[in-house]
Amino acid sequence: MTTQQSRKERIDRGIKVRSDGLYALMSWRELTYLTLPRFILIAGMLALPFLVPGMYWQRVISIVCIYAILALSFDFLAHYVGLVSLGGAFFIGTGGYIAGILNSYFSIPPFLTVPLAAIIGGAFCTLLLLPCLPLKGVYFAIVTLMYPLFMARIIEAFDIFGGTDGLVGIDSFSSAFLEQYFVICMVLIFLFGIRRFVTTDRGLIFTAIMDNDQAVKASGINITRYKALAVFIASAMGCMAGGCLTHIYMWSGISQFALDFSILPIAATVIGGSGTLVGPLIGCLILVPVSELLRDFGTLRIVFYASILVGFILFRSDGIMEFGQRKYEQFERWTNI
Amino acid sequence: MTEPILRIDDLSKRFGGVQALKDVSFDVFPGDVLGIIGPNGSGKTTIVNSITGFIKPTSGRIYFNGKNITGKPPHKIADMGVTRTFQIMRPYHSLPAYKNLVIPLFSPRAKRTGGWRGGGHLGNRQTIAIDILEEIGFERDSYIPFKKTSTLPTGYLKRLELARCLALKPEIIICDEVFSGLSMSEIASMVPLIERLQDEGITIVMIEHRLRELFQVANRVMVLNFGEKLIEGSPSEVMADERVKTAYFGSEKVEEVMTYA
Repeated sequence: MTTQQSRKERIDRGIKVRSDGLYALMSWRELTYLTLPRFILIAGMLALPFLVPGMYWQRVISIVCIYAILALSFDFLAHYVGLVSLGGAFFIGTGGYIAGILNSYFSIPPFLTVPLAAIIGGAFCTLLLLPCLPLKGVYFAIVTLMYPLFMARIIEAFDIFGGTDGLVGIDSFSSAFLEQYFVICMVLIFLFGIRRFVTTDRGLIFTAIMDNDQAVKASGINITRYKALAVFIASAMGCMAGGCLTHIYMWSGISQFALDFSILPIAATVIGGSGTLVGPLIGCLILVPVSELLRDFGTLRIVFYASILVGFILFRSDGIMEFGQRKYEQFERWTNI
Repeated sequence: MTEPILRIDDLSKRFGGVQALKDVSFDVFPGDVLGIIGPNGSGKTTIVNSITGFIKPTSGRIYFNGKNITGKPPHKIADMGVTRTFQIMRPYHSLPAYKNLVIPLFSPRAKRTGGWRGGGHLGNRQTIAIDILEEIGFERDSYIPFKKTSTLPTGYLKRLELARCLALKPEIIICDEVFSGLSMSEIASMVPLIERLQDEGITIVMIEHRLRELFQVANRVMVLNFGEKLIEGSPSEVMADERVKTAYFGSEKVEEVMTYA
Protein backbone atom coordinates (compact mmCIF):
# COMPACT_ATOMS: atom_id res chain seq x y z
CA MET A 1 0.00 0.00 0.00
CA THR A 2 1.33 3.39 -0.94
CA THR A 3 0.63 6.55 0.95
CA GLN A 4 -0.11 9.72 -0.87
CA GLN A 5 3.07 11.41 -1.99
CA SER A 6 1.81 14.78 -3.12
CA ARG A 7 -0.93 17.21 -2.41
CA LYS A 8 -2.54 20.05 -4.22
CA GLU A 9 -1.78 23.50 -2.94
CA ARG A 10 -3.52 26.69 -3.83
CA ILE A 11 -1.37 29.77 -4.22
CA ASP A 12 -2.66 33.31 -4.30
CA ARG A 13 -1.33 35.38 -7.16
CA GLY A 14 -1.75 38.50 -5.09
CA ILE A 15 -3.90 40.11 -7.73
CA LYS A 16 -6.72 40.99 -5.39
CA VAL A 17 -4.45 42.70 -2.89
CA ARG A 18 -2.42 44.58 -5.45
CA SER A 19 -5.31 45.76 -7.56
CA ASP A 20 -7.61 46.75 -4.72
CA GLY A 21 -8.35 50.43 -4.21
CA LEU A 22 -5.46 52.86 -4.46
CA TYR A 23 -2.86 50.11 -4.79
CA ALA A 24 -3.97 49.62 -8.37
CA LEU A 25 -2.31 52.93 -9.26
CA MET A 26 1.12 51.66 -8.26
CA SER A 27 2.08 50.45 -11.70
CA TRP A 28 0.73 49.63 -15.10
CA ARG A 29 0.77 45.95 -14.26
CA GLU A 30 -1.56 46.36 -11.28
CA LEU A 31 -3.75 48.63 -13.32
CA THR A 32 -3.92 46.00 -16.04
CA TYR A 33 -4.88 43.29 -13.57
CA LEU A 34 -7.77 45.49 -12.53
CA THR A 35 -8.95 46.79 -15.88
CA LEU A 36 -8.23 43.97 -18.31
CA PRO A 37 -11.13 41.67 -17.37
CA ARG A 38 -13.51 44.61 -17.48
CA PHE A 39 -12.05 45.82 -20.76
CA ILE A 40 -12.42 42.37 -22.31
CA LEU A 41 -16.05 42.26 -21.22
CA ILE A 42 -16.89 45.68 -22.62
CA ALA A 43 -14.94 45.24 -25.84
CA GLY A 44 -16.32 41.74 -26.28
CA MET A 45 -19.88 42.91 -25.87
CA LEU A 46 -19.40 45.80 -28.29
CA ALA A 47 -17.72 43.55 -30.86
CA LEU A 48 -20.37 40.86 -30.59
CA PRO A 49 -22.56 42.02 -33.52
CA PHE A 50 -19.53 41.73 -35.83
CA LEU A 51 -18.40 38.37 -34.50
CA VAL A 52 -21.58 36.40 -35.12
CA PRO A 53 -22.65 35.18 -38.55
CA GLY A 54 -25.82 36.39 -40.18
CA MET A 55 -28.97 38.28 -39.29
CA TYR A 56 -30.45 35.43 -37.30
CA TRP A 57 -27.66 35.30 -34.75
CA GLN A 58 -27.49 39.07 -34.52
CA ARG A 59 -31.11 38.97 -33.45
CA VAL A 60 -30.16 36.35 -30.86
CA ILE A 61 -27.67 38.84 -29.41
CA SER A 62 -30.45 41.35 -28.87
CA ILE A 63 -32.46 38.67 -27.09
CA VAL A 64 -29.43 37.75 -24.97
CA CYS A 65 -29.21 41.37 -23.87
CA ILE A 66 -32.93 41.51 -23.04
CA TYR A 67 -32.57 38.47 -20.83
CA ALA A 68 -29.34 39.84 -19.35
CA ILE A 69 -31.11 43.03 -18.22
CA LEU A 70 -33.82 40.89 -16.61
CA ALA A 71 -31.25 38.64 -14.95
CA LEU A 72 -29.41 41.71 -13.65
CA SER A 73 -32.58 43.05 -12.14
CA PHE A 74 -33.26 39.66 -10.53
CA ASP A 75 -29.72 39.47 -9.14
CA PHE A 76 -29.93 43.00 -7.76
CA LEU A 77 -33.26 42.38 -6.02
CA ALA A 78 -32.43 38.92 -4.73
CA HIS A 79 -28.85 39.35 -3.57
CA TYR A 80 -28.59 43.01 -2.68
CA VAL A 81 -32.09 43.77 -1.37
CA GLY A 82 -33.24 40.31 -0.31
CA LEU A 83 -36.44 40.24 -2.36
CA VAL A 84 -36.65 37.07 -4.43
CA SER A 85 -38.68 38.16 -7.42
CA LEU A 86 -40.12 35.83 -10.03
CA GLY A 87 -41.60 38.85 -11.76
CA GLY A 88 -39.45 38.91 -14.90
CA ALA A 89 -42.49 38.16 -17.03
CA PHE A 90 -44.50 40.83 -15.23
CA PHE A 91 -41.86 43.48 -15.97
CA ILE A 92 -41.36 42.40 -19.60
CA GLY A 93 -45.08 42.20 -20.27
CA THR A 94 -45.87 45.55 -18.65
CA GLY A 95 -43.01 47.33 -20.41
CA GLY A 96 -43.80 45.60 -23.68
CA TYR A 97 -47.46 46.56 -23.64
CA ILE A 98 -46.76 50.14 -22.59
CA ALA A 99 -44.28 50.58 -25.44
CA GLY A 100 -46.74 48.91 -27.82
CA ILE A 101 -49.67 51.08 -26.75
CA LEU A 102 -47.63 54.30 -26.91
CA ASN A 103 -46.39 53.41 -30.36
CA SER A 104 -49.53 52.06 -32.02
CA TYR A 105 -52.15 54.36 -30.42
CA PHE A 106 -50.13 57.57 -30.06
CA SER A 107 -47.44 56.87 -32.72
CA ILE A 108 -44.59 57.83 -30.44
CA PRO A 109 -41.23 56.74 -31.94
CA PRO A 110 -39.27 53.83 -30.37
CA PHE A 111 -36.58 56.06 -28.87
CA LEU A 112 -39.19 57.72 -26.70
CA THR A 113 -41.42 54.72 -26.00
CA VAL A 114 -38.59 52.68 -24.48
CA PRO A 115 -37.61 55.19 -21.77
CA LEU A 116 -41.29 56.00 -21.21
CA ALA A 117 -42.04 52.29 -20.84
CA ALA A 118 -39.25 52.08 -18.27
CA ILE A 119 -40.56 54.96 -16.16
CA ILE A 120 -44.31 54.36 -16.47
CA GLY A 121 -43.89 50.59 -16.26
CA GLY A 122 -41.55 50.88 -13.29
CA ALA A 123 -44.05 53.07 -11.46
CA PHE A 124 -46.94 50.74 -12.36
CA CYS A 125 -45.12 47.57 -11.22
CA THR A 126 -43.93 49.24 -8.02
CA LEU A 127 -47.47 50.38 -7.26
CA LEU A 128 -48.87 46.88 -7.70
CA LEU A 129 -46.06 45.33 -5.65
CA LEU A 130 -46.28 47.95 -2.90
CA PRO A 131 -48.72 45.98 -0.72
CA CYS A 132 -46.43 42.93 -0.91
CA LEU A 133 -43.26 44.70 0.20
CA PRO A 134 -43.56 43.64 3.85
CA LEU A 135 -43.52 40.03 2.60
CA LYS A 136 -40.23 38.23 2.59
CA GLY A 137 -38.59 35.32 0.79
CA VAL A 138 -40.89 32.82 -0.82
CA TYR A 139 -44.08 34.81 -0.14
CA PHE A 140 -42.87 37.76 -2.18
CA ALA A 141 -41.79 35.32 -4.89
CA ILE A 142 -45.29 33.79 -5.07
CA VAL A 143 -46.99 37.16 -5.44
CA THR A 144 -44.61 38.28 -8.19
CA LEU A 145 -45.25 34.99 -9.96
CA MET A 146 -48.99 35.59 -9.80
CA TYR A 147 -49.04 39.07 -11.36
CA PRO A 148 -48.04 38.11 -14.95
CA LEU A 149 -50.79 35.45 -15.01
CA PHE A 150 -53.21 38.01 -13.62
CA MET A 151 -52.31 40.59 -16.29
CA ALA A 152 -52.47 38.10 -19.16
CA ARG A 153 -55.91 36.87 -18.08
CA ILE A 154 -57.24 40.40 -17.75
CA ILE A 155 -56.11 41.30 -21.27
CA GLU A 156 -57.59 38.07 -22.58
CA ALA A 157 -60.90 38.33 -20.73
CA PHE A 158 -61.63 41.99 -21.48
CA ASP A 159 -60.21 41.75 -24.99
CA ILE A 160 -58.29 44.98 -24.54
CA PHE A 161 -55.07 45.97 -26.34
CA GLY A 162 -55.72 43.57 -29.19
CA GLY A 163 -56.81 40.73 -26.94
CA THR A 164 -55.23 37.38 -27.70
CA ASP A 165 -53.83 38.62 -31.02
CA GLY A 166 -51.81 41.33 -29.32
CA LEU A 167 -50.82 44.66 -30.80
CA VAL A 168 -49.39 44.26 -34.29
CA GLY A 169 -47.66 46.61 -36.71
CA ILE A 170 -45.48 48.33 -34.14
CA ASP A 171 -42.49 50.27 -35.46
CA SER A 172 -39.11 48.58 -35.27
CA PHE A 173 -35.85 50.35 -34.43
CA SER A 174 -34.65 52.28 -37.47
CA SER A 175 -31.85 49.77 -38.12
CA ALA A 176 -30.67 46.40 -36.84
CA PHE A 177 -27.31 47.96 -36.00
CA LEU A 178 -28.95 50.60 -33.84
CA GLU A 179 -31.15 48.02 -32.15
CA GLN A 180 -28.20 45.83 -31.15
CA TYR A 181 -26.03 48.65 -29.89
CA PHE A 182 -28.89 50.17 -27.95
CA VAL A 183 -29.53 46.98 -25.96
CA ILE A 184 -25.83 46.19 -25.58
CA CYS A 185 -25.15 49.68 -24.20
CA MET A 186 -28.12 49.36 -21.88
CA VAL A 187 -26.76 46.10 -20.47
CA LEU A 188 -23.33 47.63 -19.88
CA ILE A 189 -24.75 50.81 -18.34
CA PHE A 190 -27.00 48.87 -15.99
CA LEU A 191 -24.24 46.40 -15.11
CA PHE A 192 -21.67 49.00 -14.12
CA GLY A 193 -24.27 51.39 -12.74
CA ILE A 194 -25.69 48.86 -10.31
CA ARG A 195 -22.25 47.55 -9.42
CA ARG A 196 -21.30 51.11 -8.46
CA PHE A 197 -24.58 51.84 -6.71
CA VAL A 198 -24.59 48.81 -4.39
CA THR A 199 -21.12 49.60 -3.09
CA THR A 200 -21.89 53.20 -2.15
CA ASP A 201 -22.85 53.81 1.47
CA ARG A 202 -26.42 54.56 0.45
CA GLY A 203 -26.53 51.33 -1.54
CA LEU A 204 -25.43 49.50 1.60
CA ILE A 205 -28.79 50.35 3.17
CA PHE A 206 -30.30 47.78 0.81
CA THR A 207 -27.81 45.15 1.95
CA ALA A 208 -28.59 46.09 5.54
CA ILE A 209 -32.31 45.57 4.91
CA MET A 210 -31.49 42.14 3.50
CA ASP A 211 -29.32 41.27 6.51
CA ASN A 212 -31.62 42.55 9.20
CA ASP A 213 -34.70 44.60 8.43
CA GLN A 214 -35.65 44.97 12.11
CA ALA A 215 -32.36 46.70 12.88
CA VAL A 216 -32.86 49.09 9.97
CA LYS A 217 -36.32 49.96 11.31
CA ALA A 218 -34.82 50.51 14.75
CA SER A 219 -32.36 52.90 13.11
CA GLY A 220 -35.21 55.21 12.18
CA ILE A 221 -35.20 54.37 8.49
CA ASN A 222 -38.41 53.67 6.60
CA ILE A 223 -37.59 50.34 4.98
CA THR A 224 -40.72 50.27 2.82
CA ARG A 225 -39.49 53.35 1.01
CA TYR A 226 -36.12 51.82 0.30
CA LYS A 227 -37.67 48.53 -0.78
CA ALA A 228 -40.02 50.42 -3.09
CA LEU A 229 -37.06 52.27 -4.57
CA ALA A 230 -35.24 48.99 -5.18
CA VAL A 231 -38.33 47.46 -6.79
CA PHE A 232 -38.69 50.56 -8.96
CA ILE A 233 -35.09 50.30 -10.16
CA ALA A 234 -35.45 46.60 -10.92
CA SER A 235 -38.86 46.85 -12.57
CA ALA A 236 -37.87 49.89 -14.63
CA MET A 237 -34.96 47.85 -15.97
CA GLY A 238 -37.28 44.96 -16.76
CA CYS A 239 -39.86 47.24 -18.39
CA MET A 240 -37.18 48.87 -20.51
CA ALA A 241 -36.15 45.41 -21.70
CA GLY A 242 -39.81 44.69 -22.42
CA GLY A 243 -40.13 47.88 -24.45
CA CYS A 244 -37.09 46.90 -26.51
CA LEU A 245 -38.51 43.42 -27.04
CA THR A 246 -41.74 44.86 -28.40
CA HIS A 247 -39.90 46.97 -30.95
CA ILE A 248 -37.58 44.11 -31.88
CA TYR A 249 -40.49 41.78 -32.67
CA MET A 250 -42.71 44.68 -33.84
CA TRP A 251 -45.44 43.08 -31.78
CA SER A 252 -46.62 42.91 -28.21
CA GLY A 253 -48.86 40.16 -26.97
CA ILE A 254 -49.89 37.94 -24.13
CA SER A 255 -46.89 35.66 -24.57
CA GLN A 256 -44.74 38.49 -23.20
CA PHE A 257 -46.21 37.51 -19.85
CA ALA A 258 -44.91 33.95 -20.36
CA LEU A 259 -43.10 32.23 -17.56
CA ASP A 260 -39.87 31.94 -19.62
CA PHE A 261 -39.08 35.54 -18.79
CA SER A 262 -39.19 34.72 -15.09
CA ILE A 263 -37.37 31.40 -15.19
CA LEU A 264 -34.52 31.89 -17.64
CA PRO A 265 -33.02 34.92 -15.83
CA ILE A 266 -32.93 32.90 -12.61
CA ALA A 267 -31.26 29.97 -14.34
CA ALA A 268 -28.75 32.36 -15.88
CA THR A 269 -28.05 33.93 -12.49
CA VAL A 270 -27.45 30.56 -10.85
CA ILE A 271 -25.15 29.44 -13.67
CA GLY A 272 -23.25 32.71 -13.90
CA GLY A 273 -22.87 33.19 -10.17
CA SER A 274 -25.43 34.76 -7.90
CA GLY A 275 -24.66 38.10 -6.37
CA THR A 276 -21.84 38.86 -8.82
CA LEU A 277 -23.96 40.99 -11.21
CA VAL A 278 -21.69 40.13 -14.14
CA GLY A 279 -22.47 36.44 -13.64
CA PRO A 280 -26.08 36.77 -14.86
CA LEU A 281 -24.81 38.34 -18.09
CA ILE A 282 -22.41 35.45 -18.64
CA GLY A 283 -25.20 33.01 -17.82
CA CYS A 284 -27.43 34.61 -20.46
CA LEU A 285 -24.60 34.57 -23.01
CA ILE A 286 -24.50 30.79 -22.56
CA LEU A 287 -28.13 29.87 -22.00
CA VAL A 288 -29.90 31.90 -24.67
CA PRO A 289 -27.78 30.74 -27.65
CA VAL A 290 -27.96 27.16 -26.38
CA SER A 291 -31.70 27.48 -26.22
CA GLU A 292 -31.73 28.76 -29.82
CA LEU A 293 -29.66 25.78 -30.93
CA LEU A 294 -32.18 23.50 -29.26
CA ARG A 295 -35.14 25.19 -30.88
CA ASP A 296 -35.87 22.03 -32.90
CA PHE A 297 -36.67 20.12 -29.74
CA GLY A 298 -39.62 22.40 -28.97
CA THR A 299 -40.79 22.38 -25.40
CA LEU A 300 -38.18 19.78 -24.48
CA ARG A 301 -35.88 22.79 -24.16
CA ILE A 302 -37.32 23.35 -20.72
CA VAL A 303 -36.14 19.90 -19.70
CA PHE A 304 -32.70 20.85 -20.88
CA TYR A 305 -32.64 24.10 -18.88
CA ALA A 306 -33.89 22.31 -15.83
CA SER A 307 -31.11 19.73 -16.11
CA ILE A 308 -28.46 22.43 -16.48
CA LEU A 309 -29.91 24.25 -13.50
CA VAL A 310 -30.00 21.15 -11.30
CA GLY A 311 -26.47 20.24 -12.36
CA PHE A 312 -25.13 23.67 -11.50
CA ILE A 313 -26.96 23.84 -8.17
CA LEU A 314 -25.57 20.43 -7.19
CA PHE A 315 -22.02 20.61 -8.47
CA ARG A 316 -21.10 24.26 -8.97
CA SER A 317 -23.48 26.22 -6.81
CA ASP A 318 -21.17 29.26 -6.70
CA GLY A 319 -21.49 29.69 -10.48
CA ILE A 320 -19.06 30.32 -13.32
CA MET A 321 -18.07 33.80 -12.21
CA GLU A 322 -16.88 32.81 -8.74
CA PHE A 323 -15.02 29.88 -10.26
CA GLY A 324 -13.40 32.10 -12.87
CA GLN A 325 -12.47 34.71 -10.32
CA ARG A 326 -10.81 32.10 -8.16
CA LYS A 327 -8.82 30.80 -11.11
CA TYR A 328 -7.80 34.36 -11.95
CA GLU A 329 -6.65 35.18 -8.45
CA GLN A 330 -5.17 31.84 -7.44
CA PHE A 331 -3.50 28.90 -9.08
CA GLU A 332 -3.18 25.31 -8.01
CA ARG A 333 -0.21 23.00 -8.20
CA TRP A 334 0.87 19.60 -6.98
CA THR A 335 3.68 19.48 -4.44
CA ASN A 336 5.51 16.59 -2.87
CA ILE A 337 4.91 16.10 0.79
CA MET B 1 -42.03 67.62 39.76
CA THR B 2 -40.58 67.23 36.28
CA GLU B 3 -42.67 65.89 33.46
CA PRO B 4 -41.95 62.26 32.59
CA ILE B 5 -40.13 61.77 29.29
CA LEU B 6 -41.88 58.45 28.81
CA ARG B 7 -45.26 57.60 30.32
CA ILE B 8 -46.77 54.16 30.01
CA ASP B 9 -50.49 53.98 30.82
CA ASP B 10 -52.29 50.70 31.49
CA LEU B 11 -50.36 48.82 28.82
CA SER B 12 -51.79 45.40 27.98
CA LYS B 13 -50.80 42.89 25.36
CA ARG B 14 -52.45 39.59 24.64
CA PHE B 15 -50.94 36.99 22.31
CA GLY B 16 -53.87 34.67 21.62
CA GLY B 17 -54.53 33.00 24.94
CA VAL B 18 -51.47 34.41 26.67
CA GLN B 19 -51.77 37.65 28.58
CA ALA B 20 -48.20 38.90 28.17
CA LEU B 21 -48.81 42.27 29.81
CA LYS B 22 -51.65 43.33 32.05
CA ASP B 23 -52.31 46.99 32.84
CA VAL B 24 -48.70 47.97 33.35
CA SER B 25 -48.15 51.67 34.09
CA PHE B 26 -44.93 53.47 34.84
CA ASP B 27 -43.14 56.75 34.20
CA VAL B 28 -39.59 57.36 33.12
CA PHE B 29 -38.10 60.74 34.02
CA PRO B 30 -35.34 62.56 32.13
CA GLY B 31 -31.93 61.34 33.28
CA ASP B 32 -33.31 58.18 34.85
CA VAL B 33 -31.72 54.80 34.65
CA LEU B 34 -34.73 52.58 35.13
CA GLY B 35 -34.17 48.87 35.54
CA ILE B 36 -36.90 46.44 34.60
CA ILE B 37 -36.43 42.98 36.04
CA GLY B 38 -38.54 39.88 36.30
CA PRO B 39 -38.39 36.13 35.75
CA ASN B 40 -38.41 34.64 32.26
CA GLY B 41 -41.67 35.22 30.43
CA SER B 42 -42.77 38.06 32.65
CA GLY B 43 -43.23 40.43 29.72
CA LYS B 44 -40.06 42.53 29.78
CA THR B 45 -39.25 42.30 26.10
CA THR B 46 -42.94 42.77 25.26
CA ILE B 47 -42.73 46.16 26.97
CA VAL B 48 -39.70 47.10 24.86
CA ASN B 49 -41.39 45.93 21.68
CA SER B 50 -44.57 47.87 22.52
CA ILE B 51 -42.77 51.11 23.31
CA THR B 52 -40.62 50.99 20.18
CA GLY B 53 -43.52 50.04 17.90
CA PHE B 54 -42.41 46.55 16.94
CA ILE B 55 -45.70 45.17 18.26
CA LYS B 56 -49.00 46.94 18.75
CA PRO B 57 -50.35 46.77 22.30
CA THR B 58 -53.85 45.38 22.80
CA SER B 59 -54.77 48.33 24.95
CA GLY B 60 -53.12 51.18 26.79
CA ARG B 61 -51.27 54.34 25.85
CA ILE B 62 -47.62 55.26 25.53
CA TYR B 63 -46.60 58.93 25.69
CA PHE B 64 -43.21 60.30 24.77
CA ASN B 65 -42.67 63.90 25.85
CA GLY B 66 -46.44 64.19 26.19
CA LYS B 67 -47.10 62.93 22.64
CA ASN B 68 -49.04 59.76 22.13
CA ILE B 69 -46.81 57.31 20.24
CA THR B 70 -48.93 54.19 20.69
CA GLY B 71 -49.04 52.05 17.57
CA LYS B 72 -46.70 54.21 15.49
CA PRO B 73 -44.33 52.31 13.20
CA PRO B 74 -40.83 51.55 14.58
CA HIS B 75 -38.96 53.92 12.28
CA LYS B 76 -41.15 56.88 13.33
CA ILE B 77 -40.57 56.15 17.01
CA ALA B 78 -36.82 55.76 16.47
CA ASP B 79 -36.97 59.02 14.54
CA MET B 80 -38.30 60.78 17.65
CA GLY B 81 -35.31 59.60 19.64
CA VAL B 82 -36.59 56.47 21.37
CA THR B 83 -34.02 53.83 20.45
CA ARG B 84 -33.54 50.26 21.47
CA THR B 85 -31.09 47.39 21.42
CA PHE B 86 -32.13 43.85 20.65
CA GLN B 87 -31.68 41.00 23.09
CA ILE B 88 -30.68 38.73 20.22
CA MET B 89 -28.19 40.96 18.44
CA ARG B 90 -29.19 42.13 15.01
CA PRO B 91 -26.06 43.34 13.26
CA TYR B 92 -25.60 43.45 9.49
CA HIS B 93 -23.51 40.31 9.10
CA SER B 94 -22.21 40.88 5.61
CA LEU B 95 -20.91 44.41 6.25
CA PRO B 96 -17.74 45.50 8.06
CA ALA B 97 -18.43 46.48 11.68
CA TYR B 98 -18.15 50.25 11.18
CA LYS B 99 -20.59 50.16 8.24
CA ASN B 100 -23.21 49.00 10.74
CA LEU B 101 -23.17 52.58 12.00
CA VAL B 102 -23.07 54.19 8.58
CA ILE B 103 -26.61 52.85 8.04
CA PRO B 104 -28.26 54.70 10.98
CA LEU B 105 -26.27 57.80 10.04
CA PHE B 106 -28.33 57.84 6.84
CA SER B 107 -31.59 58.08 8.79
CA PRO B 108 -33.61 61.31 8.71
CA ARG B 109 -33.01 61.80 12.43
CA ALA B 110 -29.23 61.63 12.07
CA LYS B 111 -29.43 64.13 9.23
CA ARG B 112 -31.48 66.49 11.37
CA THR B 113 -29.49 66.21 14.58
CA GLY B 114 -26.04 65.86 13.06
CA GLY B 115 -25.68 62.33 14.37
CA TRP B 116 -23.96 61.30 17.55
CA ARG B 117 -23.34 64.33 19.82
CA GLY B 118 -24.65 66.52 17.01
CA GLY B 119 -22.51 69.11 15.29
CA GLY B 120 -20.76 66.53 13.16
CA HIS B 121 -21.61 67.42 9.61
CA LEU B 122 -22.52 64.17 7.98
CA GLY B 123 -20.20 64.62 5.03
CA ASN B 124 -18.01 61.99 6.56
CA ARG B 125 -20.20 59.27 7.97
CA GLN B 126 -17.39 56.75 8.16
CA THR B 127 -15.31 58.96 10.48
CA ILE B 128 -18.29 59.48 12.77
CA ALA B 129 -18.95 55.74 12.75
CA ILE B 130 -15.40 54.97 13.85
CA ASP B 131 -15.56 57.70 16.51
CA ILE B 132 -18.66 56.09 17.97
CA LEU B 133 -17.03 52.66 17.93
CA GLU B 134 -14.02 53.99 19.83
CA GLU B 135 -16.29 55.67 22.35
CA ILE B 136 -18.21 52.46 22.86
CA GLY B 137 -15.09 50.40 23.55
CA PHE B 138 -13.69 49.11 20.29
CA GLU B 139 -9.92 49.35 20.65
CA ARG B 140 -8.48 52.57 19.28
CA ASP B 141 -6.51 52.23 16.06
CA SER B 142 -7.21 48.52 15.81
CA TYR B 143 -8.42 46.68 12.76
CA ILE B 144 -11.53 45.42 14.56
CA PRO B 145 -13.93 48.11 13.23
CA PHE B 146 -12.98 47.00 9.73
CA LYS B 147 -13.56 43.30 10.30
CA LYS B 148 -16.61 41.62 8.86
CA THR B 149 -19.38 41.76 11.44
CA SER B 150 -20.09 38.03 11.27
CA THR B 151 -16.60 37.33 12.64
CA LEU B 152 -16.97 39.49 15.76
CA PRO B 153 -17.49 37.91 19.21
CA THR B 154 -20.62 38.51 21.29
CA GLY B 155 -19.07 41.27 23.40
CA TYR B 156 -18.48 43.47 20.38
CA LEU B 157 -21.91 42.73 18.92
CA LYS B 158 -23.59 43.86 22.14
CA ARG B 159 -21.59 47.09 21.97
CA LEU B 160 -22.53 47.46 18.34
CA GLU B 161 -26.20 47.33 19.37
CA LEU B 162 -25.62 50.24 21.73
CA ALA B 163 -23.56 52.06 19.14
CA ARG B 164 -26.41 51.89 16.64
CA CYS B 165 -28.62 53.69 19.15
CA LEU B 166 -25.94 56.32 19.79
CA ALA B 167 -25.61 57.07 16.09
CA LEU B 168 -29.15 58.45 16.17
CA LYS B 169 -28.34 60.90 18.98
CA PRO B 170 -31.05 59.32 21.12
CA GLU B 171 -33.05 60.76 23.97
CA ILE B 172 -33.85 57.35 25.38
CA ILE B 173 -32.01 54.07 24.96
CA ILE B 174 -33.94 50.97 25.90
CA CYS B 175 -31.40 48.21 26.48
CA ASP B 176 -32.80 44.72 26.20
CA GLU B 177 -30.31 42.61 28.17
CA VAL B 178 -27.06 44.18 27.04
CA PHE B 179 -25.15 42.32 29.75
CA SER B 180 -26.38 38.82 28.98
CA GLY B 181 -23.89 36.49 27.37
CA LEU B 182 -20.94 38.66 28.41
CA SER B 183 -18.05 37.64 30.66
CA MET B 184 -17.58 39.27 34.06
CA SER B 185 -14.77 41.47 32.76
CA GLU B 186 -16.77 42.55 29.74
CA ILE B 187 -19.67 43.53 31.96
CA ALA B 188 -17.29 45.39 34.26
CA SER B 189 -16.24 47.53 31.29
CA MET B 190 -19.83 48.07 30.15
CA VAL B 191 -20.99 49.52 33.49
CA PRO B 192 -18.91 52.73 33.25
CA LEU B 193 -20.09 53.09 29.68
CA ILE B 194 -23.72 53.13 30.80
CA GLU B 195 -22.84 55.67 33.49
CA ARG B 196 -21.13 57.86 30.91
CA LEU B 197 -24.19 57.79 28.66
CA GLN B 198 -26.31 58.82 31.64
CA ASP B 199 -23.94 61.73 32.28
CA GLU B 200 -24.47 62.86 28.70
CA GLY B 201 -28.15 63.24 29.51
CA ILE B 202 -29.47 60.13 27.83
CA THR B 203 -32.32 58.46 29.66
CA ILE B 204 -31.82 54.72 29.93
CA VAL B 205 -34.25 51.88 30.47
CA MET B 206 -32.48 48.60 31.15
CA ILE B 207 -33.96 45.17 31.05
CA GLU B 208 -31.58 42.90 32.81
CA HIS B 209 -31.05 39.60 34.53
CA ARG B 210 -27.65 40.52 35.94
CA LEU B 211 -28.98 42.16 39.08
CA ARG B 212 -25.73 43.05 40.79
CA GLU B 213 -24.47 45.10 37.85
CA LEU B 214 -27.90 46.57 37.21
CA PHE B 215 -28.18 47.85 40.78
CA GLN B 216 -24.85 49.65 40.36
CA VAL B 217 -26.26 51.85 37.62
CA ALA B 218 -30.04 51.96 38.12
CA ASN B 219 -31.66 54.59 40.32
CA ARG B 220 -35.07 52.96 40.12
CA VAL B 221 -36.13 49.37 39.53
CA MET B 222 -39.45 47.92 38.44
CA VAL B 223 -40.29 44.25 38.88
CA LEU B 224 -42.60 42.36 36.55
CA ASN B 225 -44.17 38.99 37.20
CA PHE B 226 -46.52 37.21 34.80
CA GLY B 227 -47.15 40.44 32.91
CA GLU B 228 -48.08 42.47 35.96
CA LYS B 229 -46.15 45.14 37.78
CA LEU B 230 -45.11 43.81 41.17
CA ILE B 231 -43.31 46.76 42.70
CA GLU B 232 -41.36 49.85 41.73
CA GLY B 233 -38.78 51.61 43.85
CA SER B 234 -35.13 52.11 44.66
CA PRO B 235 -32.87 49.06 44.25
CA SER B 236 -32.64 48.49 47.99
CA GLU B 237 -36.41 48.67 48.48
CA VAL B 238 -36.94 46.19 45.68
CA MET B 239 -34.35 43.77 46.99
CA ALA B 240 -35.89 43.81 50.44
CA ASP B 241 -39.37 43.03 49.15
CA GLU B 242 -40.62 39.54 49.97
CA ARG B 243 -42.82 39.32 46.86
CA VAL B 244 -39.83 39.87 44.60
CA LYS B 245 -37.85 37.12 46.27
CA THR B 246 -40.77 34.76 45.95
CA ALA B 247 -41.33 35.62 42.30
CA TYR B 248 -37.71 34.99 41.44
CA PHE B 249 -36.74 32.06 43.60
CA GLY B 250 -39.95 30.45 44.79
CA SER B 251 -40.91 30.56 48.44
CA GLU B 252 -38.36 28.10 49.88
CA LYS B 253 -34.90 28.82 48.54
CA VAL B 254 -34.89 32.55 49.19
CA GLU B 255 -32.32 32.61 51.97
CA GLU B 256 -29.85 30.46 50.12
CA VAL B 257 -29.85 32.42 46.87
CA MET B 258 -30.04 35.91 48.32
CA THR B 259 -26.57 35.54 49.76
CA TYR B 260 -25.28 35.54 46.19
CA ALA B 261 -27.34 38.37 44.87
